[in-house]
Amino acid sequence: MQMPPPDRAILSRKAEIVARLRAALPGEAVIDDPVELRAYECDALSAYRCPPLAAVLPRTTAEVAAALRTCAEMGVKVVPRGAGTSLSGGSMPSEDAVILGVARLTRVLEVDYDNRFIRVEAGRTNLSVTGAVEAEGFFYAPDPSSQLACAIAGNIGMNSGGAHCLKYGVTTNNLLGVTLVTMQGEVIGLGGPFCDAGGLDLLGVICGSEGQLGVVTEATLRILPKPEGARPVLIGFAASDIAGACVADIIRAGILPVAIEFMDRPCIEATEAFCGAGYPDCEALLIIEVEGAPAEIDEQLRLIREIALRHDPVEIRESRSEAESKRIWLGRKSAFGAMGVMGDYMCLDGTIPVSALPMVLRRIGELSAEYGLRVANVFHAGDGNMHPLILYNANQPGQLELCERLGAEILTLCVEAGGCLSGEHGVGIEKRDLMTVQFAPADLEAQMRVKDVFDPRWLLNPAKVFPLETSAGRRG
Amino acid sequence: MSQTTVAASSRPGTEDELAGMIRAAKGPVWVRGGGTRIVPPAGLEVLDTGGLSGIVLYEPAALTLVVRAGTPLAEVEALLAAENQRLPFEPGGAPGSTMGGVAATNACGPRRFQAGACRDALIGVRFVDGRGTVVKNGGRVMKNVTGYDLVKLLAGSHGTLGVLTELAFKLQPVPPAAATVILPGLSAKAAGAALRAAMSSPYDVTGAGWMPGTGALIRVEGLAESVDYRCGRLAVALAPHGAAVVERDPARVTALWRDLRAAAPLAGGTGAPWRISVRPSDGPEVVERLGGEAVMDWGGGLVTALYPEGADARARLTDLPGHATLVRGTGAARFHPEPAPVAALSAALRAQFDPRGILNPGLMG
Repeated sequence: MQMPPPDRAILSRKAEIVARLRAALPGEAVIDDPVELRAYECDALSAYRCPPLAAVLPRTTAEVAAALRTCAEMGVKVVPRGAGTSLSGGSMPSEDAVILGVARLTRVLEVDYDNRFIRVEAGRTNLSVTGAVEAEGFFYAPDPSSQLACAIAGNIGMNSGGAHCLKYGVTTNNLLGVTLVTMQGEVIGLGGPFCDAGGLDLLGVICGSEGQLGVVTEATLRILPKPEGARPVLIGFAASDIAGACVADIIRAGILPVAIEFMDRPCIEATEAFCGAGYPDCEALLIIEVEGAPAEIDEQLRLIREIALRHDPVEIRESRSEAESKRIWLGRKSAFGAMGVMGDYMCLDGTIPVSALPMVLRRIGELSAEYGLRVANVFHAGDGNMHPLILYNANQPGQLELCERLGAEILTLCVEAGGCLSGEHGVGIEKRDLMTVQFAPADLEAQMRVKDVFDPRWLLNPAKVFPLETSAGRRG
Repeated sequence: MSQTTVAASSRPGTEDELAGMIRAAKGPVWVRGGGTRIVPPAGLEVLDTGGLSGIVLYEPAALTLVVRAGTPLAEVEALLAAENQRLPFEPGGAPGSTMGGVAATNACGPRRFQAGACRDALIGVRFVDGRGTVVKNGGRVMKNVTGYDLVKLLAGSHGTLGVLTELAFKLQPVPPAAATVILPGLSAKAAGAALRAAMSSPYDVTGAGWMPGTGALIRVEGLAESVDYRCGRLAVALAPHGAAVVERDPARVTALWRDLRAAAPLAGGTGAPWRISVRPSDGPEVVERLGGEAVMDWGGGLVTALYPEGADARARLTDLPGHATLVRGTGAARFHPEPAPVAALSAALRAQFDPRGILNPGLMG
């Protein structure tokens, strides 16, 4: 992975840039101490690190605008940052860029249960949005696994999903409006607490634009009444393709669970060793969660059981209590932690048509053997969003590069199967150079023209999303 | 059939041919699907997408459909119905309506607040931009954050950024049962309160509307026992708003929601039809201020109303957050005027995708 060489002229002006930012913002909002800046040298793609020129942590939209205006005037690049949980390096800094963090923008601005929306500052964490409304029986639906830490601003930047988006959709389907500050420091309101703002859907293109079009400081989010209850069932299978076929049959039957999660043997074994969830000894398992009143849950689980029985399950374990539900989810929710204990891993995020699951899983197994690197699969099976985890040893020279090559092969396989490089993590720097696998030059050109409109000088998060050679002429 | 003269109409049969026509275009063209949603202005050359028709891929087990843009909506609906599936967003539409028109206008129906609009089900597009370049975005999978979401930008762009050629949709299984809880005889205001209470309940309603004379309508869909259970609970929960009647006859349930979607009570009335999108709690206020015939959908979040021809309904609604579209008629701009910075961004985007300004010029600003 390469980053463009830093702009020497900017580096030599560091003191002047920091002074200008301090003049435009309250003193404590600007960080330039090298030790403190280390906190911003990477996000959750921690294999790559680079301390930024400076970091600013504004407390208001006006301060965000002042910071951006100052940087624009001086021609300084800006990398927006939510909570720094990006798995694709979306908020990875460069030496000549200022990090603009929204972590201090955390207030709830308005809650309207009658009209089912909440308006929050964008640095607020995902889970604390639900926290603000759950006493009244509501929740915010998108639930990325990092929801305890990740910020709404980052969720909007990456159009984050989660386990429950099979029923409720991803961020873009739950986002009603934003306050956006452009690189020029202009504050713009898009959408609001009503449907479809009319005109071109700028809100739709902001969501998932990886912080390249503007900085979101406030968001109006749809909140939903919580269902009466939810209950999972765990089903073990003798082979991954059988589990895949069972998923297709459930979807075909017209049952719409809120989540269908998949884990294969390497992943099951790792989580067993880590947290002892007591999962069955099998090649693959599904965790399927349904919602509703007790009788509705029973009816849906009965239908799922009927379908599962046609696929010779090794075991069917229906939860009958809150404690059993927690136990069924325990292994799935610990999967990434369990992998972390086993060594270094890289988490992929390709999405494929559900019908291609058996073929893609088989081929990943073959590639894993060819490269001599273990791959564990844990993913959202209902919508085909795969998360192959490649295990490697970062301390062994050449292993990171080998792992990245295997990752690139698996993602190329996803695209060839009719899918895409990223289902919910974003492109960032991680998949930037694979974009030409999925897109023709004209497709990338059309996307870059959108950035030209919002950020004509390409100062905002510029070395992300597009292959460096593709964006070279625009980045200046 | 097309009412424009043959001389003034082009009908490409392939995407390449369409791209060639746009590159060769000497002046403005009017992009037309079925011509059912917006009447073309006189004098513009018509670019008819009806020749770009056909199903490209239908995978019921993956809930995925890919079609060419000129494919008639009716053909798609019949294909899906045979597999007991549907487009989640209830596009509606007159005979002749095409999938391209559905997407270009971001069509949606009563399920908007629960299942989204066309933009939410559209997962991939191919289009020819105003330069005559073929562009693809999105794909055929349900979750995709690879690059910018131009799919959303194209949905509802009314042909001003490019001519859609191929569309991928995520589908929904048709639930085995549907019923409607009716609170007869309620005023818009009383109905609004009942609808909002229903939408804030845990009973997953998929429709919440009001028609004068009929009353408040709340739709519940799902497995049969579950529908019965939820209707019962809703009737109890809404008792303070009025006595409930539960309609279970499938044909009558379908007809109620078709009528609401088409704003049937307004047919034959005088005035120009407006669609006004606001906070649900403002819906009854909109109905009262406009004073004429109206229906409410989305729990009050969408008001379709007749307002005197030539007059601007927006003048009565300036203090309510939302937007108003003049569906048919004169005396006001079709689309709600945007704040200056938003209008500037939209104009700049149109200039990027259609630098000569030849695609449906003036339609969106």
